[in-house]
Amino acid sequence: MSVEFRKELFADERDDNLNEIGKGTQRQDALGHVTGRSPYFDDHLFDGLLQIRCVRSPHHHARIRSVDFSQAANMPGVVKVIRPDDVPNNFNTLLSLLNFGRDDEALLSSKKVSYVGEPVLAIIASSDRQARDAVAAVKVDWEVLPHVLDVEEALKPDAPVVNEVYPNNSFDYHEKYDHQKLRYGDVETAFAQADKIIEGRYQMSPIEQAPVETNGAIAAPETNDRFVCYTSTQALFFSLGTAGKLLNVSSNRLHFIGGTVGGGFGGKVDSLVEPMAILGCMLTGKPCRFVWDREEEMQVGAPRGAERWYLKDGVMNDGRIIARQFTGYFDAGAYTRLSSYAIIKCTGHLPGPYHIPNVKSDVYCVFTNRTPATAMRGFGVTGVDFAIECQMDKIAHEVGMNPVEFRILNAYRDGDMKAHRREAKNCALIECAQVAAEKANWPIREEFKQASSMVGGGGERAAIPHTVTDEDGKIGDRRAGRSGGGRTRTIAPSSPAPAPAAYTPPPPPVPPPAAPSPAAQQPSYAHPAAAPAYQPSAAPASQPATPEAPPPAAPAPTPVPAAPSPESSPPSARPVNRPGYSRFASNSGFRRR
Amino acid sequence: MSKKPVQFTLNGESKAVFVDDGQNLLDVLRRGVGDLSPKYGCGQGTCGACTVLIDGEAHLSCLTLAETVEGRSLSSTGGLAQGAELHPLQDAFMRHFAAQCGFCTSGMLMAAKSLLDRNPNPSRDDVVEAISGNICRCTGYEPIIEAILDAAQNGAGRRSA
Amino acid sequence: MSISVKTFASTAEAATALSGDRAARFMGGGTLIMRAVNEGDQSFNTILLANDPALTEIQAQGDRLIIGSRVTMAQILASRDLEFLHPVARAVGGPAIRNMATVGGNLFAEHPYGDLTAALLVLDCQVTLAGGQTSTLPDLLRDRTREPRVLVASVSIVRPQSGIFKFRKVSRVKPKGVSLMTIAAWIPQSGGRVSGARVAYSSMGPTPMRVQAVEQALEGATLDETGVGNALSAATSGIEPPTDAIASSWYRREVAPVHLKRTLLGG
Ligand SMILES: Cc1cc2nc3c(=O)[nH]c(=O)nc-3n(C[C@H](O)[C@H](O)[C@H](O)COP(=O)(O)OP(=O)(O)OC[C@H]3O[C@@H](n4cnc5c(N)ncnc54)[C@H](O)[C@@H]3O)c2cc1C
Ligand code: FES
Ligand code: FES
Repeated sequence: MSVEFRKELFADERDDNLNEIGKGTQRQDALGHVTGRSPYFDDHLFDGLLQIRCVRSPHHHARIRSVDFSQAANMPGVVKVIRPDDVPNNFNTLLSLLNFGRDDEALLSSKKVSYVGEPVLAIIASSDRQARDAVAAVKVDWEVLPHVLDVEEALKPDAPVVNEVYPNNSFDYHEKYDHQKLRYGDVETAFAQADKIIEGRYQMSPIEQAPVETNGAIAAPETNDRFVCYTSTQALFFSLGTAGKLLNVSSNRLHFIGGTVGGGFGGKVDSLVEPMAILGCMLTGKPCRFVWDREEEMQVGAPRGAERWYLKDGVMNDGRIIARQFTGYFDAGAYTRLSSYAIIKCTGHLPGPYHIPNVKSDVYCVFTNRTPATAMRGFGVTGVDFAIECQMDKIAHEVGMNPVEFRILNAYRDGDMKAHRREAKNCALIECAQVAAEKANWPIREEFKQASSMVGGGGERAAIPHTVTDEDGKIGDRRAGRSGGGRTRTIAPSSPAPAPAAYTPPPPPVPPPAAPSPAAQQPSYAHPAAAPAYQPSAAPASQPATPEAPPPAAPAPTPVPAAPSPESSPPSARPVNRPGYSRFASNSGFRRR
Repeated sequence: MSKKPVQFTLNGESKAVFVDDGQNLLDVLRRGVGDLSPKYGCGQGTCGACTVLIDGEAHLSCLTLAETVEGRSLSSTGGLAQGAELHPLQDAFMRHFAAQCGFCTSGMLMAAKSLLDRNPNPSRDDVVEAISGNICRCTGYEPIIEAILDAAQNGAGRRSA
Repeated sequence: MSISVKTFASTAEAATALSGDRAARFMGGGTLIMRAVNEGDQSFNTILLANDPALTEIQAQGDRLIIGSRVTMAQILASRDLEFLHPVARAVGGPAIRNMATVGGNLFAEHPYGDLTAALLVLDCQVTLAGGQTSTLPDLLRDRTREPRVLVASVSIVRPQSGIFKFRKVSRVKPKGVSLMTIAAWIPQSGGRVSGARVAYSSMGPTPMRVQAVEQALEGATLDETGVGNALSAATSGIEPPTDAIASSWYRREVAPVHLKRTLLGG
């Protein structure tokens, strides 16, 4: 496969005299791979290695009345039964290592299970088959509970409580709201002034990462009261910290060896196998191996979570998007894992790579009786990007524009203000769109071929608009049937900008110097007839316009002055970090872009 | 649990090992005789990572009852290189970036070898068919197909061993 | 329940052991049995093997072909006599599976498997059991999980004249994968009209099956768009297709006539 470099683009922003970048290089592990000698976690041999297997829930939601393992414990080869009580600190949430969220999940559950495959007991035996036979002999008395598998159903007042730590079936953001907010400008006023309102509902199923190597770990006693752990983890120190916490041992007693991972794609960060293998080793004094089989990998392995999105856009006839509103539901499954943070990352990405002066978003991290969700490639962003780009095609179709030109028109340019109040830098969507159009033989007009990310941004587009905020959706309101806080106020813009009452659409990008035609100032591309090369019928199909269910109604805001909330911080403010707020308080999350 | 003795050759060397009743060949190769090149990806025949050659034919070692290889001749990726000299398939896999995480690679190499040993000049379709029982989640298959075709051109199929 | 493996020199001994032990299974190529062993299936604890070379032979007898139950898909692909079955054998699994998977095992393979069995159903298959008794294939399929279990020694099929036998496996996985629907047909014609058609499906019910409604609708029909119309309407009559990871029952029902038409008329 040949790589094509477009070195003429951004030539002055780049140093082409680098030693490695831009040049082919051999993977340092390739020789090990082709000779079968790369050391994956399972490629370590121990005499007398014991095998661990779990007893798992066959139900979506059930209370555990009793567990009878008396027969199993006496079966041939069985060395030890691990009960929930054997886990020194049997309650955790992955992001507690970053101080985010409350512990909500046991390594082995003792009172109830909230998804199919949730482990309640583990068996250590001399062989895998003996462990399986013993697992089959364990009798669990289940009291099956009603379950909920749909995100919007789960938010209804009468939905069963999935996760007792979050009794509203939604993650608590900033100790205040049942969702993550983003407020930028004033979408309602802009909707009132838009030529068209275009809505869409999009959803995507959970996706299993399905690495060819399943999750697994081998732990063995080392000298000096330490344990060595060979693991498939993608996040070695994360797994180390998690194991240390669950097992209540100092991390310097744990010697983790990883690095050669047989595919991960996000599915090997949840650190469920390492603590179990080490615990087995602690309880037996023998090397223990805990590896998921393929069925467990698919059923119990945390997938990319399902998402559902409602988008509402205010669009001018010339194709400019002047307001965009999101309501999003992430299906976290039964426990938080990483979904809460995926939403922070997602919110920092909104409204997509487009300059839209008014943006509002409410995103819910919802607990359902599904397999807990976790990371997957493009974590937090891929799902909403699917929604955004479907919606972009749909809008282009409805306003009669070439979908590529429509994207170029709305793309971020250098110097534009983003909805999370950072300046857009090193933008390149326009150039990508141009090259993609060229490669696909998709016609775009000359003025769009001439457009540049480096021209036309900034200026008025850099201003932070008057922002309307609210306190809707306080924790517990929705489930209690209360209509929410509803206090609304506006925050002054950072620099001269249109007053909220008399909203005027933002200026279109300054036309590129090469094609300073008046047509670009007052776009003629508002009319499909002006684009003879483009056949609207060729536009990609879009999703059905009518949502099957309406998004939760936003309560009418009543303007009451209030203390600034973190998500409406003035632009000059750095991420808020004061007592009561987690360090995720900033919309941009903890990693600055 | 009763143990049975089994003897076979692996990559030209004779092996003798005791197996459990019902134990699969993958387990015996890896833990019994210490050839870690075949990988466990599913234990149900769907991934191909455990592929080895039995008397020259591709078999899934996870679905092979270990005691049935008594007296037979096995080869695995662990024995593909001759000393420090890589097999043309291994060399082509490296050059074409056909191994990313590398977990499917051993199985892919064995599936490819069984093709080239029979058909030294395969078409692209032949290659696709030959690896249709092997899953790769990293590469998107294209580099693997290119590597196998390239190795065929370099005479991989005419080489004995 | 740890597993024990017993190997017999004669098929008859293995058959006796099989019929006498509910927890015993005969192993062909092991592609399904070994998965069950690996995953800790508790429904059996004994594996029976038979080394009888007759089980792995393919013989021509007049216009019929006798295929030993331990003949693999790869052996079918290597047999000139069985050339008409090559597209069928090639449709099973990948190359490694074909080197292992046997004809006998295919008769007992649960949904969604049984591609070869669908073909055998239209090739007038006679089943010979280890004791020498014979059975029709539909009878064997009906009783295949009944105790006492029987051991199949061989199957006998007719060699079709060219053009009569048609086979199509539909999968949603590329280049190949598990069947959404497999169709085998035996369509003799006399005087430009179909007479004595046999049609079978796999992956459309609990076992591979003959589709009588389609066969009847084809009787006397011409093999063209209008001629096969009634047969297409009857494509799933009396059939309750399963829902699985590959397709819903509804989807299978919807697409069945399309694939049946392609099978009957080519294209
Ligand atoms: C990855 C994969 C892909 C597959 N793809 C396909 C496919 O595309 N199409 C398809 O049809 N199948 C497919 N299969 C299923 C299976 O491989 C085939 O159906 C094969 O023919 C089963 O034969 P076997 O010899 O391996 O069966 P075994 O595993 O040996 O046995 C299967 C069952 O049949 C019984 N049995 C076997 N032989 C006899 C006998 N002579 N008498 C009585 N009982 C017997 C066994 O007791 C057992 O219950 C696939 C399997 C896997 C793992
Ligand atoms: S481990 Fe044998 S095919 Fe996957
Ligand atoms: S290289 Fe990772 S699965 Fe193929």
